[in-house]
Amino acid sequence: MLSLENISLELEVEERKVPILNDINLIFEAGKMYALTGPNGSGKSSVARVAMGIYKQTAGQVFYNGEDISGLGITERARKGIGYAFQHPARFKGMPVKDMLELAFKHSDGYNCQVLRDIGLCPDDYLERTLDNSLSGGEIKRIEIATLLALNPKVRIYDEPEAGIDLWSFEQLIDVIGNSHREDTTTVVISHQEKILNMVDEIVLIENGTVSMRGSRDEIWPRIKESAECSCRRSCRLEEDIYADCPR
Amino acid sequence: MLTALDKKLLQEVADLHGEPPGAFNIRKDGKGIERRSLDGIEINPKKDQPGIDVIVAPGKEGTVHIPVILTETDLSDLVYNKIEIGEGANITLVAGCGIHNPGQGKAQHDGVHEIIVRKGARLVYTEKHFGEGEEGGKRVLNPKTVLLVEEGAYAELELVQIRGVDETFRVTEAEVMAGGRLVMYERLLTDKEQTAESDVLVKLMAEESTARIVSRSVAQGSSSQKFYPRLLAYGPGRGHVECDSIIMDQATVRSVPEIWAENSEAELVHEAAIGKIAGEQLIKLMSLGLTEEEAEEAIISGFLK
Repeated sequence: MLSLENISLELEVEERKVPILNDINLIFEAGKMYALTGPNGSGKSSVARVAMGIYKQTAGQVFYNGEDISGLGITERARKGIGYAFQHPARFKGMPVKDMLELAFKHSDGYNCQVLRDIGLCPDDYLERTLDNSLSGGEIKRIEIATLLALNPKVRIYDEPEAGIDLWSFEQLIDVIGNSHREDTTTVVISHQEKILNMVDEIVLIENGTVSMRGSRDEIWPRIKESAECSCRRSCRLEEDIYADCPR
Repeated sequence: MLTALDKKLLQEVADLHGEPPGAFNIRKDGKGIERRSLDGIEINPKKDQPGIDVIVAPGKEGTVHIPVILTETDLSDLVYNKIEIGEGANITLVAGCGIHNPGQGKAQHDGVHEIIVRKGARLVYTEKHFGEGEEGGKRVLNPKTVLLVEEGAYAELELVQIRGVDETFRVTEAEVMAGGRLVMYERLLTDKEQTAESDVLVKLMAEESTARIVSRSVAQGSSSQKFYPRLLAYGPGRGHVECDSIIMDQATVRSVPEIWAENSEAELVHEAAIGKIAGEQLIKLMSLGLTEEEAEEAIISGFLK
């Protein structure tokens, strides 16, 4: 179980302290799936980054299975079983996909080429590819998710996993996230996507750096529907097939 | 007879475990100590100056190892090698120099390689530098490679120097004829007070001559590096120069790629970048459980792959 208690965060931007999170209280239990949703810039990724130890909270504490991990760095938290798939994955000149997966595998208890197949990439085509600009946004994003699967952590935080992923892969992605979830894992997905919000046990709505609501899909969706929906939806009605496949 | 130290140096520079397969020449402390020619791959010592001639017959395929090792201090070794790959041959050639300097003096190897890749032939050439020894003793390597890639031939050079060498001044000159292709990978890591300079001039002589120069380096400690890769097209050739350096600590890096066209059909591109390891890269690897030091090492080793 991962819990954030009274978490506040300020970040320094151009020598000015900017409040990002304000008194966040969240509990993520083992065996459950959660979605963090809310408008752009509301602080969803910052919550994940505080949990992972990338941002150091200004106030409050982070507990993992009852242990106060507030003072621990990224490495220690990763070794304890917290994993994070980044919204904008870093690129690495020269480093093959294979090496990245092996680095992830070193600290987990099981990995094979299956993780690449799971996210729709053929291992033969991708293991030797380098993680540089030769990969498209969708490819690098899928490899990021494969890396988290290879790491196989107890707490999995996916930061907008659907960003840059095409429609066909989106369905597959939802299956992968759902199938990799187990009784002893906690899955947290940062997303605006209706289909993702439909699959989780609980939705957390974050607005202006605070938790403004927690609840089921039916409770939350009407509140965020407008901002989550595509503004071009009407024009898509002309092409019903595309509209039908729209992940939103 | 090779000592344990000799074997270690040979392993470092040429991945050799025991006697090389194929044709070879091993030079130690200024003298050729073991040599084997094969049918179609002749290795002969030069008569008028130190060094060897490696002559590969047309159409021949195989592997040639010509490593050099230095195990003494206060030694300066100068060698001239000529390598000729016959028409249509397909050869992998592993050169390289390993220095173990046991004293406080200087151990220096200056190698001049003249390489001709005849029409339609293919050469993959690897030159790896390695240095070790007592603190205070200097290890110096100054290789010069002059390469001719004839019509329709292909040459791939992989030049590697990771730590251990105190001073390097590397000169590479190449002429690529019509339809010839040259690919050059340079990988370099300097540390402490080490200095490295690489001066490359590739001339694309005619139609469909192509060249790609990829230089990747990491400068650590107080080391300094200079790169001058130049690509000159006399005809409608195509070329790409890429210099990419990671800079750390108090190191300095100068990178001056030059492209120079004397024909309106030529297409030449250069890119150069110097920067530190990106914070987001470190964070990503730390989120996989690596320490910051391990993450840095993984990024550097990937970058220099």
